[in-house]
Amino acid sequence: MRRRMRGLAVAAIALTSVLSMAACAKDTGGTQPGSTNTAEGCKLADKPPAAAATSSAAASDQKVDGSALKVGLAYDIGGRGDASFNDSAAAGLDKAKADFGIKPENVKELTAAPNEAEDAKLTRLRQLAGEGFNPIIGVGFAYAESLKVVAPEFPNVKFAIVDGVVDGAANVTPLVFAEEQGSFLAGVIAAYQSKACHVGFVGGVEIPLIQKFQAGFEQGAKAAAPDIKIEEKYLTPAGDFTGFQDPTKGQEVATGQIEAGADVLYHAAGASGKGVFSAAKTAGVKAIGVDSDQYNQKTVEESKDVIISSMLKRVDVAVYDFVGAVAKNDLASLPKAFDLSVDGVGYATSGGKIDAELQGVLEGYKAQIIAGKIKVSDKP
Amino acid sequence: MGILRGKLLPPVLAILFSALLCGIALVVSGANPLRAFGVMLSQVGEGTTAVDIINSTGTYYIAALAVAIGFQMNLFNIGVEGQYRVAAVVAAVVGGSIALPPGLHALVIILTAAVAGALWAAVPAILKVTRGVNEVISTIMMNGLALGLAAYLIGSDVFGELRGNNIRTPEIPESGWVPGISFGSSGTVFGLVFLAALLGVGYWVMMNRTRFGFELRASGESATAAAAGGVNAKKMVLIAMLLSGAIAGLVSMPEILGRDHTYNLNFPAGIGFSGIAIALLGRNHPGGIAFAAVLWAFLDKSGLALDNVQVPREIVTIMQGAIVLSVVVAYEVVRRFELAAQQRQVGRQLGTVDAA
Repeated sequence: MRRRMRGLAVAAIALTSVLSMAACAKDTGGTQPGSTNTAEGCKLADKPPAAAATSSAAASDQKVDGSALKVGLAYDIGGRGDASFNDSAAAGLDKAKADFGIKPENVKELTAAPNEAEDAKLTRLRQLAGEGFNPIIGVGFAYAESLKVVAPEFPNVKFAIVDGVVDGAANVTPLVFAEEQGSFLAGVIAAYQSKACHVGFVGGVEIPLIQKFQAGFEQGAKAAAPDIKIEEKYLTPAGDFTGFQDPTKGQEVATGQIEAGADVLYHAAGASGKGVFSAAKTAGVKAIGVDSDQYNQKTVEESKDVIISSMLKRVDVAVYDFVGAVAKNDLASLPKAFDLSVDGVGYATSGGKIDAELQGVLEGYKAQIIAGKIKVSDKP
Repeated sequence: MGILRGKLLPPVLAILFSALLCGIALVVSGANPLRAFGVMLSQVGEGTTAVDIINSTGTYYIAALAVAIGFQMNLFNIGVEGQYRVAAVVAAVVGGSIALPPGLHALVIILTAAVAGALWAAVPAILKVTRGVNEVISTIMMNGLALGLAAYLIGSDVFGELRGNNIRTPEIPESGWVPGISFGSSGTVFGLVFLAALLGVGYWVMMNRTRFGFELRASGESATAAAAGGVNAKKMVLIAMLLSGAIAGLVSMPEILGRDHTYNLNFPAGIGFSGIAIALLGRNHPGGIAFAAVLWAFLDKSGLALDNVQVPREIVTIMQGAIVLSVVVAYEVVRRFELAAQQRQVGRQLGTVDAA
């Protein structure tokens, strides 16, 4: 019995190694015809028509006075310094502080603990509201349920929620983004920069929010290069939020995608993205950052040369605009969604890896999306 | 007196020691420890914190009981974490898709959760009984599977529905809710907190007043002696694991039936692991566990105040970790001390050593 088991095991090992060798062989064979099309890179689709001169919406620069405001911020897990959307919100707050003359003692920032229960969020929001902070911003969709409860308790406080919508609470302003539109452009960049015509997406946690990034990226890459191969993998399933804070796992998954042939990786994995960048650096391939301009980010400085661009999700702009709108008592001026048309999402060009030609292409796609000629789906 | 000292001294020592440790950590990080502890204490009187502590105690208590049943016979059910998650999803899905009269509806949901938890625990139990697979390994692996299963079940093309960027199971209709005791603006105590107390009483009766409890403890003390006494070890393992899983399945019931009425992405994780620490701290005794659960809940909920005064909240995590570590050490130290005292006493009475 035992001998048979061992025999089976040996056979299994032999079989898997043969299979993986076969897979390797197929891989190298597969890329060959693809790369003979042109010297290297994808067979690109027709470029979109060039965009008309960008209408730089000149913001009416009237001085906003927010010195009377007491601003409360409730961060999601990670808080200030997470190198992701919390940090972006913090940047917006800092800018608002400086521009609107908000006193430092009139700003309070609280942070969620990993895996905390719902009542912790309730307590946090009540703490801020109870101490007279107004407006209060919940950073992250995780605050949707708790704001639904707390907002009616403080009808005079102006709340906002980043990435979420609270039904039935008039004093909660949703600050939502069209991540799929920005990711579409990231997909276009990836397609234009890939030599093997093979790109990868690394998602942090498989939740609807991150699937929007994936959906846009894939659609963008396919729009630019219909034959492109796309790897996609999430670090953790829905419910396990460690996927946003696990650079080791990010590196592992990214390495796997690189070994499968991908040579431009786009991540939407929060702090795990650091691992994706180092995997890209080790293998000498390219990567696209997310949320803020990661080329200029201190936390990933050592691998900045692989970051060809970043999909910008301007949480900072949304927070800044919201605080400003509260100061002006003009919440109606905020856009329904921060999308490409209001530069709520976009792409970064720091590092000089995006030449003028590609930039022209990107602006073309951008114009088409804004005009509604390209509809970007938010589901993969 | 001696017994009491042996039981009470270690946890008290452990708590004092960890408070000291945290005090040092606070001083090193540049905060005033007395102020931090003071803020934590005064937070209890603020807003809903007192009620939150009671609610959280109930949740932790159930989790720790589930772990303790296994501990009684040296079974390490690390899988409470996964069991309560699977049970929560299944119960929320079932509860949200059936219509029954009030009371009965809630009862069905609770029973569903218990059965789901037991079934999830049955896999490692059967593996252990039939194949001798160590339950520590298998339950940890089951935790990983539980996450995946839960994520699959709430997928929008399975049972879940999309709400903004959140995803959740269909809401349980009002007939399935369990009303709580409202304290107005101070919050509402979940009705099912009393289920936790009931479980505690049941646990005590089972352990101390039933044959099954006796056999369970006997198997834990000495498996070979129990076997010689006619206890079917495999049967005991199976029943203990199933029971542990069933109770684990109830962990999130107070929250789901009392407040959330759905399973969504904000579902709290880690309660199963806290349960292990609480069962350890409470020495598997229903009273001890209750005390430990209160302490845990207090640290958790009062810790929120630390962030508010710019003290790193992680200090609470340090404290919880330090308590668990030092309670293990303290029990061992006190045990040896008592052993030595006993030996001296016996020696004195036999006259083989000097009274000195």
